Amino acid sequence: MPISYFLVLSALLFSVGVYGVLARQNAVLVLLSIELMLNAVNINLVAFSAFFGSEGVGGQVFALFVIAVAAAEVGVGLAIVILLFRNRQTVDVDEMSYMKW
Amino acid sequence: MMELAQQVGATAAAVDWHAIAPELVLAATACIVLVADLFLPDDAKWLAMPLSAAGIIGTLAAIVSLIGAGNRLTLAGAFEVDGFALLFKGVFCVLGLLILAISFHYFRVGRYYQGEYYFLMLCSLLGGVVMSSARDLVTIFIAIELISIPGFIMAGLRKGDAKSNEAALKFFLFGVLSSAVMLYGMSLAYGATGELLLEGIRAKLTAADEPLIVLSVFFIVVGFAFKISAVPFHFWAPDTYEGSPSPVAAFLSTISKIGGFVGLIVLMFRAFPDVADTWRPIFALLAILTMTVGNMIALRQTHIIRLLAYSGIAQSGYVLVALALIEPGATASNEQAFQSAVIYLAIYGIMDAGAFAAAVAFARRGGSYFIEDYSGLWQRSPVLATLLAGFLISLAGTPPMAGFWAKVFVFLAAIEAQSYLLAIVMGLNAVVAAWYYLAVVKKMFFEKAELAEPVEVPAVLRVAMGLAAAALVAVFVYPRLVTELAERSLF
Repeated sequence: MPISYFLVLSALLFSVGVYGVLARQNAVLVLLSIELMLNAVNINLVAFSAFFGSEGVGGQVFALFVIAVAAAEVGVGLAIVILLFRNRQTVDVDEMSYMKW
Repeated sequence: MMELAQQVGATAAAVDWHAIAPELVLAATACIVLVADLFLPDDAKWLAMPLSAAGIIGTLAAIVSLIGAGNRLTLAGAFEVDGFALLFKGVFCVLGLLILAISFHYFRVGRYYQGEYYFLMLCSLLGGVVMSSARDLVTIFIAIELISIPGFIMAGLRKGDAKSNEAALKFFLFGVLSSAVMLYGMSLAYGATGELLLEGIRAKLTAADEPLIVLSVFFIVVGFAFKISAVPFHFWAPDTYEGSPSPVAAFLSTISKIGGFVGLIVLMFRAFPDVADTWRPIFALLAILTMTVGNMIALRQTHIIRLLAYSGIAQSGYVLVALALIEPGATASNEQAFQSAVIYLAIYGIMDAGAFAAAVAFARRGGSYFIEDYSGLWQRSPVLATLLAGFLISLAGTPPMAGFWAKVFVFLAAIEAQSYLLAIVMGLNAVVAAWYYLAVVKKMFFEKAELAEPVEVPAVLRVAMGLAAAALVAVFVYPRLVTELAERSLF
């Protein structure tokens, strides 16, 4: 398969992620949208890695690092969201406005 | 698979342990602090701070042992120890000690999670130290995440405080978003060249697809713009600084921000210098917006941490000016711009941490973060007032403090590169900035105090602020101290 298929898929996934970040109000859904963006990156890396053949091991290694770090980020992020829910009974990002300007 | 095994085997045999000694010492210290915290009784938890300080001093010793040992390249070219790396490792460690001094009484008196805090802070500091040496995309990514992720937790350390929660959430969402954008750019750079090492990317760039590279550089710059809180990607910074514990705000505004800049500088100068035409205009626009908007909003702040946050945003703009001066081929003016950026970052770190230290010292016992309460501080605590005034004057870029040279060098580099527009905008902004910094100074020295009792400043904080101020004055008197280091840090 030509590599452009994968790149288009990844670009679409990234765009869906960006849309989700901008449009969603629930912090968990914003987090999920960011995960979509990170997975778009992984698709890119693995597709390029396959495209380069035996020279392209680096892309796969990079993708593994991205997966690991993304997992760490989600762990911290969900902890923050739970903390927020305990104190405020809401995880709506539009209501996070104690501080402005 | 065979090849992979061979590659891994080859690199594993070739690790230069001395070159990564500072990182090892710091990582070991972080682990020791975390374990020690388990066994310390509640009223001795503060011992984690001297332990961390000892570890950072040990790291500094390891860094010093690497001076003059020449350039070392290890971990298959992903990790380089050169003048630039050593300079910033040193800057990070010195700033780490300052932050420890700021944190000590704050966390001890407040009885927050001291062991966890110092552990997280050391991890984040480790990220900065790794970043100085990172010379491939994966290492840069890991370093920036190592700086950020502990930062998210530190920002939310005051668990019961809704403002701290909000600060952590905002920082987290923007931080992760910026990583994703930056990674997308990195994946495109990898796709265009097939290389992860910055040197390899640079060597293969000429043959690469032009639009792909432009897109890649754009995404990488946007990702880093969040980290260094450049306008229009700065929204999280003031809220996060205000909501998080103040020592953490000091950390984020110095070490975390300088870490972002180091990564950006390494990427731009090691991987993409030959396509500077594509990114120079982006940086010029970011610089103008960041300086102007940051200063304009800072003018109307009434809360000292928010004032420092917005002024910190504007300060990022001055460094971006230096990055916006790079032209492919113009070696002399490029070197001057590079040096001015390095000098600015080093001086900025010290003076900003100093200003935060003074703000924390003032707010400690019944004080406040509101600027109106600073009136007449001169009569109450002449030393604290003088020190804070010194840091603010340095941030404003007026003699007799080092901030003056920081601004002058960037300004001269702009003139040298014939970017007169940037030079003019920068000059105007320096005037606007002086206005709000000096307004605080005026309040402290020329207005009447409402309270009479002096502000009590703990000894650790006094020593840290005194040393920082002394360093700033010394650099003003003898700028060779930093220009020499900057010359040696040229790539």
